[in-house]
Amino acid sequence: MAKITFDGIEVEVPDGTTILNAARQIGGSIVPPAMCYYTPLKGSGGKCRACLVRVAAGSTKDPRPMPKLVASCVTPVQDGMVVENTKSEQVLDVRKGIVEMLLINHPLDCPVCDQAGECDLQNFAFEHGVSTTRYQEERRTFEKIDIGPLIQLHMTRCILCYRCVYTADQIAKGDRVHGVLGRGDAAEIGTYIENIIDNDFSGNVIDVCPVGALTDKTFRFKQRVWFTKPVNAHRDCPKCAGNVTLWYKGKDVLRVTARKNEYGEVNEWICNECRFDKKETADWTIEGPAHIDRSSVISANHYELPVLNQSVIADLPESTQRDLEKNPPLKLG
Amino acid sequence: MQPLTNRAKKLEKKPMTLAERAYLPAIFQGLSITMRHFFMKKATVRYPEEVRPFSPIFRGLHVLKRDEQGRERCTACGLCAVACPAEAITMVAGERKKGEEGLYREEKYAISYEVNMLRCIFCGLCEEACPKAAVYLQADKMAPPRFERDEFIYGKDRLVEPVDPAKRSERGIQLTPEQAEALRNKMAQQPA
Repeated sequence: MAKITFDGIEVEVPDGTTILNAARQIGGSIVPPAMCYYTPLKGSGGKCRACLVRVAAGSTKDPRPMPKLVASCVTPVQDGMVVENTKSEQVLDVRKGIVEMLLINHPLDCPVCDQAGECDLQNFAFEHGVSTTRYQEERRTFEKIDIGPLIQLHMTRCILCYRCVYTADQIAKGDRVHGVLGRGDAAEIGTYIENIIDNDFSGNVIDVCPVGALTDKTFRFKQRVWFTKPVNAHRDCPKCAGNVTLWYKGKDVLRVTARKNEYGEVNEWICNECRFDKKETADWTIEGPAHIDRSSVISANHYELPVLNQSVIADLPESTQRDLEKNPPLKLG
Repeated sequence: MQPLTNRAKKLEKKPMTLAERAYLPAIFQGLSITMRHFFMKKATVRYPEEVRPFSPIFRGLHVLKRDEQGRERCTACGLCAVACPAEAITMVAGERKKGEEGLYREEKYAISYEVNMLRCIFCGLCEEACPKAAVYLQADKMAPPRFERDEFIYGKDRLVEPVDPAKRSERGIQLTPEQAEALRNKMAQQPA
């Protein structure tokens, strides 16, 4: 076990844990943002530099600070490490630069993009960036590649986080068909992406994509995400666990996604049949409304049970009870 | 009964004098007030034949703007609808087809865009939210009175401004300080 101090908060984690995961054990607003790191994907992380933190003391044995900011998602903790994230002016300053770098080639077509409202890059830029740009040169463009009727690829929006590459590797089980071609400015997610589209789990690249580069074609321009209401549901699926979130507009299921945790990570992959074919309420067993963070735009006009005394209301629906246990409401007084 | 406060005033009822009993002086006093009002400046105007002057920043009827090349600016991003406190705006987005590049500015456009003028409170938050400078509240137009409720749901046919630039509302745009000053001067010259 290693004991580290993160932003003045002490936490004890097993050896080999990364700084980011140690911070996530503390939770709350001190957790560094992550654009490329994705817990279920082995090898992910260390690419976007969004999670840079300052190590003020390396360890108990060698308490010198690390010379440069380190990527917290790939740096393992050491006993006695002192890490600064929100407390360090330097980190916050560098993060502004990272936003600027990520946005250099991003088309900023959020009004058109289907990811807007649940986009990691949007949140990242909103929370850490500056609202102006100094970039005047032309942004990179690509020839449009049609990768089938289910998934829409917008290469211009890609920030090269490699998450979809690792996902494709994982679902294709060693039969590698997906990668990044080119170098530097010319790098792009490989066109061999067509080859995994036939895979039963290919739809998961939509969920892992932090930006709008890979989006659901069956949901394309249907509705803005903040006008749809997420509902947790499951079904008996022979291929996957079948635990999903349905996105409703009125009575219609517009979109099916896997369930994400508070860091936007999918815990269980879902198959393409669940994602693209089962868009009837009758196909699913509804569990109840999915929890949406108050800070998200999706929670606009989305009402959850407010402060309430559970013991007073005798016959709360099971789904509500389960939800309340998971996300206990604020207690008054 | 015990009074609750010591503020109660006791009124004495005196018997009326002869003039008061005759009522005529009081009647003439009242009639003179009425007659004076005949010649005073009127507080009302004969709407709709007569219209009051608008302030240059008046928030009236919505307009969906076109750009310099006559393409619709609105891309149906939904920010106006989510900003709307009265939930008056609804829209349906669609994908621009090949050959429609001269009609719509972006890849996505609004197939339908409806504003319910009965719900709308003309707060201008939609105008503020719009990232494409597409929706504006015109300073010189109001939603006119109508007989049927459904006539107040304004679709794209009534919201999108005309293709001919000469027919467009001059004031349905966000004004620069200089433009606003010029407009104010122009309005000051007009008879009220």
